[in-house]
Amino acid sequence: MIQEQLSFHVNEEGYYGDFGGAYIPEMLYPNVEELRQNYLSIMSDPAFQVEFHALLKDYVGRPTPLFKAERLSAKYGTNIYLKREDLCHTGAHKVNNTIGQILVAKRLGKNKIVAETGAGQHGVATATVCALMGMECIVYMGAIDIERQAPNVARMRMLGAEVVAAKSGSQTLKDATNEAMRHWINHPVDTHYIIGSVVGPHPYPDMVAKFQSVISEEIKAQLLEKEGRDYPDYVIACVGGGSNAAGAFYHYLDEPRTALIAAEAAGQGVSTGHSAATTFLGKPGVLHGSKSLLMQTEDGQVIEPYSISAGLDYPGIGPMHAHLATSGRAKFFDITDEEALEGAVECSRLEGIIPALESAHAFAVLGKLGATADEVVVINLSGRGDKDLATYQKRLKLND
Amino acid sequence: MIKMNRITEVFQSANGPILNVYTTAGYPHFGDTMQVLEALQEGGVDIIEIGMPYSDPVADGETIQQSNQAALDQGMTVAKLFDQLVHMRTTIQVPVLLMGYINPVLQFGVERFCQKCQEVGVDGLILPDLPMAEYERSYQAIFERYGLFNIFLITPQTSDERIRQIDSVSEGFIYMVSSASTTGAKTGISSDQEVYFKRIDGMGLKNPRLVGFGISDRGSFLKASTGASGAIIGSAFVKLLGQAKDIRSEVVAFVKGIKGMD
Repeated sequence: MIQEQLSFHVNEEGYYGDFGGAYIPEMLYPNVEELRQNYLSIMSDPAFQVEFHALLKDYVGRPTPLFKAERLSAKYGTNIYLKREDLCHTGAHKVNNTIGQILVAKRLGKNKIVAETGAGQHGVATATVCALMGMECIVYMGAIDIERQAPNVARMRMLGAEVVAAKSGSQTLKDATNEAMRHWINHPVDTHYIIGSVVGPHPYPDMVAKFQSVISEEIKAQLLEKEGRDYPDYVIACVGGGSNAAGAFYHYLDEPRTALIAAEAAGQGVSTGHSAATTFLGKPGVLHGSKSLLMQTEDGQVIEPYSISAGLDYPGIGPMHAHLATSGRAKFFDITDEEALEGAVECSRLEGIIPALESAHAFAVLGKLGATADEVVVINLSGRGDKDLATYQKRLKLND
Repeated sequence: MIKMNRITEVFQSANGPILNVYTTAGYPHFGDTMQVLEALQEGGVDIIEIGMPYSDPVADGETIQQSNQAALDQGMTVAKLFDQLVHMRTTIQVPVLLMGYINPVLQFGVERFCQKCQEVGVDGLILPDLPMAEYERSYQAIFERYGLFNIFLITPQTSDERIRQIDSVSEGFIYMVSSASTTGAKTGISSDQEVYFKRIDGMGLKNPRLVGFGISDRGSFLKASTGASGAIIGSAFVKLLGQAKDIRSEVVAFVKGIKGMD
């Protein structure tokens, strides 16, 4: 019974069901093994917890509010709460993880940080904590993304980080991740790699999920206060790699009364060839150090995904989510670019909050959920929409 | 009848350092694979390592990445590589290894892949992102059923304890990565590295070692071979292939130059 309850968490070998593991070249083994042997003891050290939570409170601005979205609730005839991760310092949940990992890096005696970034949110969150801790920071970013996300590139440089263009392959997030891994191979002793999502070799998916789990920890306390019960009927989150969803789901993984709802980026539609909906289009495979679902050709070459949202166009998905999807524990929705844009407009006009394009995918699920008047829905509003204004301007014709 | 694996034979009969050369399948042109193999053998190579191109080769530097991408762009796949190698053993006598990443092998089907390897006469595999624990858990029995040696990597950061574990599950040889790097990132062999080779040499391992990464010419080949049974050349050879006007003559000359037979 206990084993069954724990089955949605990682096992000792780093697997979630059939997914996970550590498929890494020997050059990375000492680093990943050092992390694996130490991350749990570091994270459970009371002094670490004090430092981590003090920074979350005073630097990140936690706890983030759980806001009752009255007008959205009225429209959908249910009770909708927004978990305001968009109010975190740097504008998204990503910083919860970078704060945690840089404290781990310090305790492992590392003084340099390498990271990958897609849209630039994780890169900014990493550059931010490196500035805070006085550590050298190198961020790999696809050459195409550097062009598309100029404001975040400028933010990272303003914060003192070196932004390096990944020019290999498709020159986007997956290639930035390859380059960051190669950098780590070439600098194994003094560098820690801060992965930005619940992907990568074990123990990364578990470590990142644990750092992000502060989201559902807070939801439990806040919901108890507002609704008299600490669990919602639904938690909705968008999933690319899946770090904000992992954090929002974490304390409900073994709570059968809570339905876990994931919004994946369908791009132009799952069958159009321009999509990033990995659980719909992927098959089991290995990328970036773990076995998970992966968008790939018959020959096992990784397919470049597409989404309007640069934070969701990743060809894989965290192994935890692959397990949640294939086991049926979480329900996955494929949300198109158009639906996400409508979700963004709705949240903006009904609640006065402009969400990130990633988070907008979660709002688009509301109309498909069928939640009732006595039910409680929590949407993880993972990031704010400032970074996406150029896309909103163009796609919604805001300046015409 | 149990036939001795060609890799074991090479190490037993070698007089002088062993040269293993890496080449990317379907590179520089889709149909060049067999021609390159034959030229390598004609030049006097001891072992051939054929790279199966992959979209995301994280252990490889720029040169091999680009050759992988070029081969993929020209339509190379695992299935087509086996087609190209179907008559390999009518002309190629030296041991042949397939090198690549685990995902294309998984998609082809591990058992079917190994069966194909045995059919065309492949002797062993190098899959850098297949770590020892996963190998022992799910792959070793299948590889052994088809007579395939799995070649593991060790690096200067690999602990003695782990080297001994790797030695115990290895057959053929151990791939000794000369420095913490991706392929082709650094060239030459430093005195620190020679100390590392000698340290490993003194461990009394059951498997011989070949040194890889950073070997590009006769000088670095000989230097690396003083602390091991020989060495592996990859990026330097792929670079030559990318620029070759006449593959056969240039490959033969390259191998002879390394082996000191020109």
